[in-house]
Amino acid sequence: MSAIYLFFLSLPFAPMLEPHLPALQVVVPLLAAPVCVLLRDAKLSWLWALIVTWISFAIALVLLGKTLSTGLIIYEMGNWPAPWGIEYRIDAANAVVLVIVTAIAAVTLPYAKASVEREVPRPRIYLFYLMYMLCMTGLLGITTTADAFNLFVFLEISSLSSYVLISLGQSRRALTASYRYLIMGTLGATFYIIGVGMMYMMTGSLNMADLATLLPAVDHTRTVLAAFAFVVVGLGLKVAMFPLHTWLPNAYAFAPSAVTVFLASTATKVAIYALLRLVFTVFGGTALFDTTGINLMLIILGIVGMFAGAFVAIFQNDVKRMLAFSSVSQVGYMVLGMGMATAAGVAGSIVHLFNHAVMKGVAFMAVGAMFYVIGSVKLNDLAGIGKRMPVTTAVFLVSGLSLIGTPLTVGFISKWQLVVAALDAGWWYIAAGILLSSLLAIAYVWRVVEVAYLKAPPEGSTGRTEAPLSMLVPMIVLAAATVWYGIDGNTTLDIATHAANALMQSVAGGRP
Amino acid sequence: MQGIVDAFAPLYAMWQSFEAFMAGPGSPGLLGYWIVVVLMMTGFYIVIAHDNLVKKIVGLNVFQVSVFLFYILMAKVSGGTAPILADGIEKYANPLPHVLILTAIVVGVATTALGLALVVRIRNAYDTIEDDEIQAVEEEEDT
Repeated sequence: MSAIYLFFLSLPFAPMLEPHLPALQVVVPLLAAPVCVLLRDAKLSWLWALIVTWISFAIALVLLGKTLSTGLIIYEMGNWPAPWGIEYRIDAANAVVLVIVTAIAAVTLPYAKASVEREVPRPRIYLFYLMYMLCMTGLLGITTTADAFNLFVFLEISSLSSYVLISLGQSRRALTASYRYLIMGTLGATFYIIGVGMMYMMTGSLNMADLATLLPAVDHTRTVLAAFAFVVVGLGLKVAMFPLHTWLPNAYAFAPSAVTVFLASTATKVAIYALLRLVFTVFGGTALFDTTGINLMLIILGIVGMFAGAFVAIFQNDVKRMLAFSSVSQVGYMVLGMGMATAAGVAGSIVHLFNHAVMKGVAFMAVGAMFYVIGSVKLNDLAGIGKRMPVTTAVFLVSGLSLIGTPLTVGFISKWQLVVAALDAGWWYIAAGILLSSLLAIAYVWRVVEVAYLKAPPEGSTGRTEAPLSMLVPMIVLAAATVWYGIDGNTTLDIATHAANALMQSVAGGRP
Repeated sequence: MQGIVDAFAPLYAMWQSFEAFMAGPGSPGLLGYWIVVVLMMTGFYIVIAHDNLVKKIVGLNVFQVSVFLFYILMAKVSGGTAPILADGIEKYANPLPHVLILTAIVVGVATTALGLALVVRIRNAYDTIEDDEIQAVEEEEDT
């Protein structure tokens, strides 16, 4: 990673750009998005979005390299010093999330071209890419900002654009799914600003680092307690933490395939990051952390979510919906790691952010390709798909194995890390829970595998028909990453450990 | 006896804040915050309890407006004037929450517009904007 940073420094334009990279990360896609309206053309706006997302990806890689070699990056917007001005702070934790978001965005775009042309009416395609870039801007903004209110603004940018993206789905159910997400998402975001307002009342600051130092002095007040509750519930809604997950399955199931790939791999991940940041960096130093029993709450909700999501997934007949419920279950693992509140547990959470983004991206891409070719992703219609689309099905199988947590896939690395973290802390029953819920994952993955490989294709189906190469290649790239980072888990685990340490800095005295 | 007194404590607190409010400007009161809470819960209740999709959006609006009010209230400084840079103005309200809420109002407008646009599309697709009827149709589709 630091090699990328050094390479960047050797470029001729580096000295001019280098100090402004944190701002450029957000500003480039923000300013690039409206250009789509001027282009109006489906192909041109796709190409434009492709260029912009790959530039963003490059910026994110350089930023990660820089934080790993030089540490915390602080960028003052408009040279106004914090806490008066808005500050962007990039440490190992958000640099990782930046890379996840931009990498998935960059890999999804080549895939999106064919898929979107099939699923979105042509005159609206340029709007699709406009919203896609705005959504990415919002997610990147949430990740870079160190200002609690600024986070809300970016949260709404990403949410509003994702409501539009979801509503572009073909079925009319996409409209109601988007509407319900809008109601829930707005409630969540509003809860979050109520919490921020209460923190501001007590401290007079919105800067996260500043809040972290000011809050412990007033943490006995009911206002701060209420603020904590509002923030956790508000962000919990965006995370799709177990009882607050009801918007997620339909939103993912009825959105256009490319949108599902992008949102499933990034949106909940960024929300998890925001929750980690608020809970550990902002409230980490307060006594609330101990008195409210937030750890235990997160652990219980995480475990219930793990089981409930996987259990419901088994009974789904629509594969997209099945994978959406599987996401609820996988979010449970991340919440669980967060609840352990140990450096190892949080590292497990963060490594699962990356790993789940990769493997769920693969799974939804494969399902999207099946939808592209046979026009349905109902289990009944997928009979014999293993013979009709061997590559796509094989790719799906890789991600399915990873969802279960088979060794040599990324899913194994994160589950291993979580199990080790649980055992280290002496919670053997949590470790047992992680293993048991993996068994449920076997059940739902098996249902697809059984239909795909053991059933004969319907009569009259025409031999082998794969999705176009533009969809296959991104899929294979991500599937390769699933295996690569499953074999070489050290790279990602190292970075995740850095990230966990950065997040846990203000947690008083470290936790057992 | 103490139990009864305790049970009425919130009501009494409300009365006290009302008194404080009536006492005139300059005296700190909690009435404003009570209004915020009532509005917030009214809006929240409408969002949860109503089946009409437009009413849900209106409820969401009421809910958000209560938060705007909450921010504006906390910015108030007793005896302070509007935050204007001019001679003779020494005590003024905190301008920052006002600015924050300008942003939040814009976000609220955008959310309302998008929500209502979705309702129009839903009405075209389902011929109804009653959530229970839509859910009945969707359950039929699922089975």
